[in-house]
Amino acid sequence: MMTASSLTDRGDAPQWHRIRTIENRWARHGLTALAVVYLAWSLATLDINWTRLGDGLPRAANMVLRMLPPDFSRWGLLFKGTLESVQMALAASFVGMILAVPVGICGASNLVPKPVYLAARAFLILSRTFHEIIVAIFFVKIFGFGPLAGVLTLIVASTSFISKMLAEDIENMPPGQLEAIRATGASFPQLLIYCVSPQALPRYLGVSIYRLDANIRHSTVVGIVGAGGIGQVLAASFSRYDYDFSLAILLTIVSLVFVGEFFSNWVRNQLR
Amino acid sequence: MLKISSLSKVYPTGTTALKNVSFTVEEPKVVTIIGPSGAGKSTLIRCINRLVEPTSGTIMLDDVGILALNRRDLRKVRRRMGMIFQEYNLVERLTVMENLLSGRLGYVGFWRTYRRVFPPKDVAAAFALLERVGLSGYQSTRADALSGGERQRVGISRALMQQPDLLLVDEPTASLDPKTSRQIMRILVELAHERGTPALVNMHDVGLAQSFADRVIGLRGGEIVFDGPADRVTANVLTEIYGEEDWSTTIRQVENETDKPGKGSSDGKDSLVRESLA
Repeated sequence: MMTASSLTDRGDAPQWHRIRTIENRWARHGLTALAVVYLAWSLATLDINWTRLGDGLPRAANMVLRMLPPDFSRWGLLFKGTLESVQMALAASFVGMILAVPVGICGASNLVPKPVYLAARAFLILSRTFHEIIVAIFFVKIFGFGPLAGVLTLIVASTSFISKMLAEDIENMPPGQLEAIRATGASFPQLLIYCVSPQALPRYLGVSIYRLDANIRHSTVVGIVGAGGIGQVLAASFSRYDYDFSLAILLTIVSLVFVGEFFSNWVRNQLR
Repeated sequence: MLKISSLSKVYPTGTTALKNVSFTVEEPKVVTIIGPSGAGKSTLIRCINRLVEPTSGTIMLDDVGILALNRRDLRKVRRRMGMIFQEYNLVERLTVMENLLSGRLGYVGFWRTYRRVFPPKDVAAAFALLERVGLSGYQSTRADALSGGERQRVGISRALMQQPDLLLVDEPTASLDPKTSRQIMRILVELAHERGTPALVNMHDVGLAQSFADRVIGLRGGEIVFDGPADRVTANVLTEIYGEEDWSTTIRQVENETDKPGKGSSDGKDSLVRESLA
């Protein structure tokens, strides 16, 4: 009786309310208001011109009409560009795979001394700072138009991507295995070959194959700034208003990416 | 054989794990180190092969001062010390045979390691050990397909492949069920005695430690508070090591011990095989 009455007694009932991320009511509502005002301001200053948007629609329709039917008559150029893109992707993936091994090992804090680790990580951050297009523009300026600039761009991107994945994979290894192999008196190269490699290899191969697939897509993009491959052919066709040829190129790229994706999935399934 | 003098370890965090620890292992016997969590058992074992760098003190293995060695000579002395771990620490994606042969890494060159080609006598020794620990036919099984008890048998075999002068064993049974724990301890102790290899074994299970050890060292707060034969571990000693507690059940368990190694060990090997089949 006593407990029942005290539980229903409003005066003594313990208070509870949900815990909010920002407890101060004024700060909470103030921040929300600030966000709304900023959104309104940025929309107002963007100067979205509705008439220009309207004018664009018929132009888009016109462009689509001129694209149809796709023109595959210059298949020689198309084939050469596609082949160049695939070659760029393959070469870049292969070189990237090889360069990623030392960089990835140096980027694993559980294997190397701190200064080496920091240097490798700094390189990784730096090489991932700039988008491939920016890197490609640099290489085109330095080495001129053509696939060399494209391959170099993709090598930089592949190396940093694969080595970052590899470094993280090595860091996630259970420390005991490394400890056990070190305790047998194995040297550092032996530790890599006998312990790190078997544990990290399947994922490293999987990531590399994924990167090959990504490189096929990226090789079509870097071509647009003049770094060779099918993208360069596409950029040229757009600037000459050969929209029917452009569509043919786009369709080729789509099928190429499909094949790449399919291949990459198949290989990664085999690795599991 | 092993002489440790005034060994201390202070971690960078400021924790003092070992304070002035000194002891000597003269005979090929099984020495278990007991003590509460955080008493410094793991640190002590790992200081001996310098997986953990001690702060001060000396460790002599025969006439080699371990703490003064450069990396190259440290690798040589590590070959002489086999280590067994609580979490087995096998290379999961390698086969049982490859894991056993990793015990020989200190003796083979880079290319042999790369091609996984080991001297025939090493392979023969590995097959003999597999049979001895009851894992015949498991050579091509991947380590990640084994049960806990099987993994620890591989762990023990890997350490013994080194033909070590000393076994460093860190909580070998802490991840195993009671029955498997006894089997593993039996294998370990039999093999250590058989080969005349002294073993330092960290344990938190006092009953198990007493029943399998020749000598017990008690650590508390990084200091040795007991060092003596296993049968001298009394309730008072345990209180000294762990603090006040009713030890009657722990002690009785030891007194009722019937399957001590050595008693009726003529069928030791048979019982081992039987257990591994069970």
